[in-house]
This record gives sequence, structure tokens and C-alpha cells, in this order.
Amino acid sequence: MAMTATASPSATLLAARRCLGFTLLAALLLSLLMGLCAEPVRAAVEVRDFDSPVTAERYRSLTGALRCPKCQNQAIGDSNSPVAKDMRERVAALLREGRSDREIQDFMVARFGDYVLYNPRLEDRTLLLWGLPATLVLLGGVLVALIVRRRRRASARELSADERARLDALLNRPPDASGDH
Amino acid sequence: MKRRLLLAIPLLLFIALAALLYRGLSLDPSSRDSALLARDFPAFSLSSLEDPEASLDASLLEGEVTLVNVWGEWCPTCKQEMPQLLDLAARGVRLVGVDYKDSREKGRAFLEEFGNPFEVNLFDPEGELGFELGVYGAPETFLVDADGVIRYHHTGYITPEDVTETIMPEVRKWQ
Repeated sequence: MAMTATASPSATLLAARRCLGFTLLAALLLSLLMGLCAEPVRAAVEVRDFDSPVTAERYRSLTGALRCPKCQNQAIGDSNSPVAKDMRERVAALLREGRSDREIQDFMVARFGDYVLYNPRLEDRTLLLWGLPATLVLLGGVLVALIVRRRRRASARELSADERARLDALLNRPPDASGDH
Repeated sequence: MKRRLLLAIPLLLFIALAALLYRGLSLDPSSRDSALLARDFPAFSLSSLEDPEASLDASLLEGEVTLVNVWGEWCPTCKQEMPQLLDLAARGVRLVGVDYKDSREKGRAFLEEFGNPFEVNLFDPEGELGFELGVYGAPETFLVDADGVIRYHHTGYITPEDVTETIMPEVRKWQ
């Protein structure tokens, strides 16, 4: 970088312009790539008609919170896999039958297991899952409180006989011994 | 000395966590227990691949330990799995196939080319039975006991080792 200081002004300008050009090109390529990646996701969603906007919204939230069993981390509403399509169709059919969200989730869990729930339920089996973070936070809080209390007590404790003797010696020093003033 | 031990706690916690995560790295995330274990095989009413007029239901699976294999002509792994299924049939295991999301012509051609270890094949072109079984990709294999209860589930390819080390012991266990 020390070289730029000796370079002529026109060369610096040229370099800056080239840099800007590269940045613009990179941004263009990136936006193109992002457009390409977004395409299959859009293609996965069929158009569905529901009798009310409330049902349509429930469909959207259910398909967003049910996990595709074939994929590692995609909701059935985002996935192109055949099983996700079947599940979306079933969710729509069950909604039209007037089933509740809970019933639809139960229906899917009975077939595909707890894996399909992005939001695991609070049950005996999931107690560890839900309880561990809370327990750890609580434990951490207790630990911090204990440390703070101990520190406070340590700073406020009385001086030992040794320390008091040293302090007395310092305080009762004859004035002429303190050479520096 | 006690203080020293206390200082080691974070290190021990870290080692425990690292061991846990390291084990997770070698687990297969696509293989997990079926939600249908220890439950009745779901009810169905389907024709067979061989006979469009046939009407088969879950009573087909009662009375004998049966291995139900979900396959399809479109599934490459199913082709690789066929020798193992033929081996299982030769060992005296009763096999029932589910031709999943397939056409009759293609399904029949598949069996002609790769062999037919199945006593009968349920024809499930819409994947209804597959959905009830929680199938999310073929091949999948279910072991059903004589009372029609699902006892074991195998996701994906059955290797020759799986036949002798897992599936045959499971079959004997429930016979």
C-alpha cells in the first residue's frame, strides 16, 4: 500500500474506477444468482382457494411450521419434494373438512413422527429439551449471584492482624523517612 | 486443590459437549424410527399390481410375519435392493410389495427385469397407503408381525449385511 502514495493522481483515479467496476459487476452477478436460487421455492407453492382469508392464513402458517420429512431443514410449504406436495394437499383437504390446527398436526405426527413439528410440544418426552435452557440460565444466575456476594464480602471484611500492623507502620512513619516530597 | 478442581469444570463441560456433537456428526439424519412402530398396519383397500380386479385389505398381513417393501419403478435404489429381497424370500420370509406411485406397465416390467420376491404386490398409484405409512422416499421396509402390528422399520437401501445382521434376527424375534 505504500506504493500508492508515490503513484500519479491519474493512476489512482484509474484504480478507483476499476475497483468500482468490479464491485458493480459482482453485485450484478450476485443478484442474478439470488434470483435463480429463489425460483424453485416460488415454483413449489401451488395456488389454492379457500373459502375464507382466515383459512388461507391458517394454511400458510401450518405449511410453514410443518417440516418436510424428506428434507433436512425445509418446511413443507417451501419444499419441492413429492412428499411435501402430498402433505400440503392433505393439509388443504383437512382444513376444508373443518379440522383444527391441532388435529392436522396430530394427523401428520401420527404418520411421520415428531420430526415434522418445527415447534416441539411440551410433553414428558420433551421436558429435557424445553427445560434444559431454562435450567442452565437459572443455574448461571445462581452462580453469578454467589460469586458477586462472595466478592462483596471479601472486599468488606476486616483487616487481619498482619495487615493492620503493616498499615499502622505506614501511617505512623516519621515524616522525614518519606524521601520523595 | 478444591479450587483447582472447580476450575476444571468448564473444560469438562466442553469435552462432554464436544463428544456429544462429535457423535452427532456420524449419525445418519435421514434414518429415524417410524411413528408407526408398535401400531397396527394402517387400513387400506387396494388392488394388486397383478390383478386390477383384486380387492386387498389389511387382513392380508395377518397370520404370518411379513416384510412389506415399498418400491417403485422410478426408484434406482429399489433396483439395487432387489437381490437382497430375493435372498430374503429364499430364506423363507414372506414378502409383500407396495408398488408406490407407479403405473401398472412400469411396475410389471420392473418385476420381470429384476425378479419378483413378493407373494403379492399392492398397487398404490396415488401413494395413499404410502402416506398412511409415513413413507417419504422409497425404498422403505416394514416388518409386520402375525397380528398385523408394525415391529420394525428400515429406511432406504437394504445392504446384504442388513439382511443377515438386522432383518433376519428381527424376523426370527417376532415369529
